[in-house]
Amino acid sequence: MADLKKLNESIISGDLDTSVQITKEALAEKTDPQEIIQKYMIPAMDVIGGKFERNEVFVPELLMAARAMKGSLDLIRPLLAERGIEPQGRVIIGTVKGDLHDIGKNLVASMLEGSGFEVDNLGVDVPSDKIVAAVQSKKIDIVALSALLTTTMPSMKGVIEALKEAGVRDKVKVIVGGPAVTQEFCDQIGADGYSENANGAVDLVRKLLAS
Amino acid sequence: MRTTGIQELLKSRSLLFCDGAWGTIFQSAGLKPGESSELWNRDKRKKVLEVAQSYVDLGVDMIETNSFGGNRITLAGSGLENDAAELNRIAAEISREAAGDKCLVLGSVGPTGKILMMGDVSENEMYDAFAEQVHALKQGGADAICIETMTALDEAELAVKAAVENTDLEIVCTFTFAKTVGGDYKTVMGVTPAQMAEKMLSAGASIIGTNCGNGIEAMIPVVKAFRSFNEDVPLLVQANAGVPKIENGKTVFPETPDEMVSHVPDLIDAGVSIIGGCCGTTPAHIIAIMINNGIIPAL
Repeated sequence: MADLKKLNESIISGDLDTSVQITKEALAEKTDPQEIIQKYMIPAMDVIGGKFERNEVFVPELLMAARAMKGSLDLIRPLLAERGIEPQGRVIIGTVKGDLHDIGKNLVASMLEGSGFEVDNLGVDVPSDKIVAAVQSKKIDIVALSALLTTTMPSMKGVIEALKEAGVRDKVKVIVGGPAVTQEFCDQIGADGYSENANGAVDLVRKLLAS
Repeated sequence: MRTTGIQELLKSRSLLFCDGAWGTIFQSAGLKPGESSELWNRDKRKKVLEVAQSYVDLGVDMIETNSFGGNRITLAGSGLENDAAELNRIAAEISREAAGDKCLVLGSVGPTGKILMMGDVSENEMYDAFAEQVHALKQGGADAICIETMTALDEAELAVKAAVENTDLEIVCTFTFAKTVGGDYKTVMGVTPAQMAEKMLSAGASIIGTNCGNGIEAMIPVVKAFRSFNEDVPLLVQANAGVPKIENGKTVFPETPDEMVSHVPDLIDAGVSIIGGCCGTTPAHIIAIMINNGIIPAL
């Protein structure tokens, strides 16, 4: 029997090889892929995310865990697709026009992906029209925007305006983050949510999708 | 008179001063979001020289160069990777022109923006990028290399190593720390001041310190942490003027020169050796600190 408790532990400790090994065993034994994700993998990301938020671990540990999680997910995803099981939500994420910083944004993307969301990472320096086009062309629930610089934060407002102009603002929830971004700024530009860190972003997306 | 270096200066004076921010001043002068400030070295040399000159004229002991994002990995984001050597060389030439023999020039080297463990770049690529940058900064006339705003030990170690192996200059290295939930200070990668000091000194840095962060007050406990690890190493602190906010569409840094000055005595008590500024600071901040410490007479 595949040791699924150990799968949970190996994701928390960022052990990619063990995570992949156990996932393969579990799938070979015809364990329900949904159960593997919901009962063992997502709770692991919740644990490491909580540790990150409490500063018990830092970026390297979070990235290692996310990588182990992704290694397992890559094996499971095709099976979910075969069975027509939908992801928990669909997210597009990007650093706004004029801003080339991608570490924080990638951290949020990894955490969301590891928590069961389908994440399309559009990269850095992403123009508004690219985001609008993505929202128009496929089913998207959440648009996540990142900016490190105060000089590029106004581009977040630009994205929201562009979504309005294209008539698709109500189709999605827009969330924002970055070192100088605050709840006040989020409210000012008419975004739907803000989180201070990558773990908080997961909770925020869950909350927004439930509402 | 030109001296041989920072450590030489510190033999006769216990407190030295360096410049404040450049990038945020360029933003006020029209640098657009996404525009590479290093490109200004070639295209708007006069504006860069003006900023350098504004700090030299204060009588500081050292100024930096406009090359923070000048490694080829970062420049690739603006399609300028093949201009890296040229832009760094000019950066040092501009600061040298402003400094003359009056003050030292520290060649600024910032992080690449990549995390080694993610595998986006290899150790060799990162080393080569830093080696190219420090070599060009030396060619342009830098007296020292200032590896700054680092958070990861592996990346900073490669940068220091590249400076040791490709130049004969003094090496300064600063990390950016933030207060954790537990109350101590670590980088986002989880590095403590003591860990940083140990690794960077053994890699070949002779001056260490901290920059950016959350304003000058938060630098005091970091300096104390460094000092409890090592009593003698020269410590550089370049605080930003607090965490920026957007007010009426404009970026505002909350700390005034007077507020910065008010924390300097505690910073000196903690054991700082060199004081300068980071994002949001201006010549006005630096001059206020210098006046307050009797370096230059009040107007």
